Amino acid sequence: MHLTLKIWRQSSPEDAGQLVTYEMPDVSEHMSFLEMLDVLNERLTEQGEDPVSFDHDCREGICGMCGLMINGSAHGPRAATTTCQLHMREFEDGETILIEPWRAEAFPVVKDLVVDRSSFDRIIQVGGYVSVNTGSAPDANALPIGKEVANRAMDAAACIGCGACVAQCPNGAAQLFTSAKIAHLALLPQGQPERQRRTQRMVEQMEQEAFGSCSNFRECEAVCPKEIDVGFIAMMNREYLRAKLS
Amino acid sequence: MQLDAKIPSGPIETRWQKHRFDMKLVNPANKRKFDVIVVGSGLAGASASASMAEMGYDVHCFCFQDSPRRAHSIAAQGGINAAKNYQNDGDSIYRLFYDTVKGGDFRAREANVYRLAEVSVEIIDQAVAQGVPFAREYGGLLDNRSFGGAQVSRTFYARGQTGQQLLLGAYQALARQIDAGKVTMYPRTEMLDVVVVDGRARGIVVRDLVTGTVSSYSGDAVVLATGGYSNVFFLSTNAKGCNVTAAWRAHRKGALFANPCYTQIHPTCIPPSGEYQSKLTLMSESLRNDGRIWVPKEAGDNRPPGQIPAAERDYYLERRYPAFGNLVPRDVASRAAKKEKDAGLAIGPQRNGVYLDFADAIGRLGQDAIAARYGNLFDMYERITGENPYEVPMRIYPAPHYTMGGLWVDYHLMSSLPGLYVIGEANFSDHGANRLGASALMQGLADGYFILPYTIGNFLSQHLGEEKVSSDHSAFRDAEGEVAGRVEKLLSGNGTRTVDSFHRELGSIVWEKCGMARTREGLLEAENEIAALQEVFHREVKVPGSGVEFNQSLERAGRVADFFELAQLMCRDAREREESCGGHFREEHQTAEGEAKRDDENFSHAACWEYGGGRGSDAILHKEELEFEYVKPSTRSYK
Repeated sequence: MHLTLKIWRQSSPEDAGQLVTYEMPDVSEHMSFLEMLDVLNERLTEQGEDPVSFDHDCREGICGMCGLMINGSAHGPRAATTTCQLHMREFEDGETILIEPWRAEAFPVVKDLVVDRSSFDRIIQVGGYVSVNTGSAPDANALPIGKEVANRAMDAAACIGCGACVAQCPNGAAQLFTSAKIAHLALLPQGQPERQRRTQRMVEQMEQEAFGSCSNFRECEAVCPKEIDVGFIAMMNREYLRAKLS
Repeated sequence: MQLDAKIPSGPIETRWQKHRFDMKLVNPANKRKFDVIVVGSGLAGASASASMAEMGYDVHCFCFQDSPRRAHSIAAQGGINAAKNYQNDGDSIYRLFYDTVKGGDFRAREANVYRLAEVSVEIIDQAVAQGVPFAREYGGLLDNRSFGGAQVSRTFYARGQTGQQLLLGAYQALARQIDAGKVTMYPRTEMLDVVVVDGRARGIVVRDLVTGTVSSYSGDAVVLATGGYSNVFFLSTNAKGCNVTAAWRAHRKGALFANPCYTQIHPTCIPPSGEYQSKLTLMSESLRNDGRIWVPKEAGDNRPPGQIPAAERDYYLERRYPAFGNLVPRDVASRAAKKEKDAGLAIGPQRNGVYLDFADAIGRLGQDAIAARYGNLFDMYERITGENPYEVPMRIYPAPHYTMGGLWVDYHLMSSLPGLYVIGEANFSDHGANRLGASALMQGLADGYFILPYTIGNFLSQHLGEEKVSSDHSAFRDAEGEVAGRVEKLLSGNGTRTVDSFHRELGSIVWEKCGMARTREGLLEAENEIAALQEVFHREVKVPGSGVEFNQSLERAGRVADFFELAQLMCRDAREREESCGGHFREEHQTAEGEAKRDDENFSHAACWEYGGGRGSDAILHKEELEFEYVKPSTRSYK
């Protein structure tokens, strides 16, 4: 099929950036979205032009490295699918596709479609863990955990840290990401001793970064490739209140 | 060169315990005087960095991704083995040890494997304490499953995302140490060389992938946790960034590379759909528990699979291996699929797959039961192929997945270059010629949490009070100069071909001639073809942009340049190993029934290669003889 791509090109963080149009006359429906960009880049390289930079690694939807705004939607049109797992059969012959980097103040552009998501790492660093040194753990079965609780914790822990939630949010808020880790650990008995300190520190770090505030648009949940639900945000808000009041 | 594996003496059950006592310690107040460099932040690198920082060392951890949480360990689906015997089915440390030595086709070091089995139980304890949400029974205890043909249920799992959850556990432990100021993290930073001072690894040269700046870091020891080299095949299940550069640069500086020809080809991956294919996706091995593998009996049978009656299908694994059927180990299943394809029986639009059919299982158990077991995998298959596996059989074919070969290490996990340690998939030690399912996560975490943090102390304690080497030392300046020179050379070419076009061509030579089946003649051809292509690469490659900016083409070019040298060594190693074992199948060495034929008399050794100048034929072979005191070599049979 024939596609027209309008891609955001920005040579450096200082560059103003612009949309550039590329014609793709021979796209196969079986290509992944990133394979289509690979084909474009091969062509640009052969023509002596600068290929389009984009982040990607596992191409199996689990590392969280890839992420593009495709026609205004984080990771594109298909629900529960990362950009790398999106295939061209989701698009129509003759279509024009707008491709942009994650749009959020907290994720500054590095180059073209590549952004800096180190703000996510900083949120985890202040408390997104159980403080247990190697070698000090009791036997794994000494602590029974109900199947439903373990499953719910796993729902939250499935977050891949891609940043789609922030990119889609009109406020650029990071509540879904932060709450997923707070909920994962608050649900489990292992997370109890540090429950309040963790919540407080992670929420405050989130607020220090350039993220916006949550006003319940729920766009984050709609685009999350791992279908993490906003129930965890409600839980985080309760956890935070509890931590502040005690 | 004299190879000393430093294997402790005494009964195998007590060796590690006794060795831990015998090793020298660094007292707590002295640990902070040591700087340890860790390259890689996957299961091995993150767990080692966190554990050493907890002990008091100052750790500097480097990764090429934008966050340490993205290392390729995250993609492991199935699970992690541990000899807990929670299912009361007769498992034990000894049984896991036995299964691993046998599964590796008697080409692994017994003492290392025993230690791996021994610490496997501690890994599960540690991961659970970190909050890793493993699957559980209704009673609240941990659930297990049988995996990869094991006859006991010793595999722990977290849905189909076990690697992700274990990596996040290690990443979170690492994040805690970053917050505590004990680990300095350097993301988007690629190691491009090791610095050797007076015969000892004292630092690394890196390139900042955002700015392009080349700089160096000094330390008291260097740890490589940089994964495997399956991407030498171009098409593999590895992440696109996985590469051999760190290991290869260490090899060039004196670290021996062991058994490079031991590569694992995973039997259940989605076959390529076209020329543009950029990587291959694994479908978990667990699918073989309920799926039946077949091809049509007649070559050129173009009917849709549902219209081919049972009598005209060949369920070749069930036919050839009645005892294990569809559950034979990975190497056996992969070779069997190749045999069908070579006979012209492959299926699909590209004639490059075999069927993995769930119709019988759905008929027996119902679609809901199959969806509960494999729903996420079926969804993934549908997203990639556009076909619904509940209605039509999956198409699968083997793909490169894991490399058992790697840098040679002794029992301490130290390479032949003093001060340079190698952990996880990057080393060679535990899986022999074939790795069993759910053992990679186990080994990465065993090395990182429970082995290296002890053994590195024994080395560092001997260097207490020595003067630090600064990164202003001339050896660092020289190494930086070499790196800058290589970058410059890659950029200066005025060619017309892209890096990927060379990588694809290299990969296809290695796949055809050093893949699932190898011959002496083919390997010799491959060595010549690769060397010839390497020359064309350096003459005609086109790397756009400059070295002082974010430049993904340049990153790839450097990695492919190193793959060219590694590929030649792989072929040489495969050629010299005149036997078939595990994932290494030489067509000249097979039984009348087409099974692998080992030669224990002449090849019961690890082949350890010394760098000789880049050509495969220049490399110098050293042998570490393997002794089997406990598990006596026998022929693996899955009939």
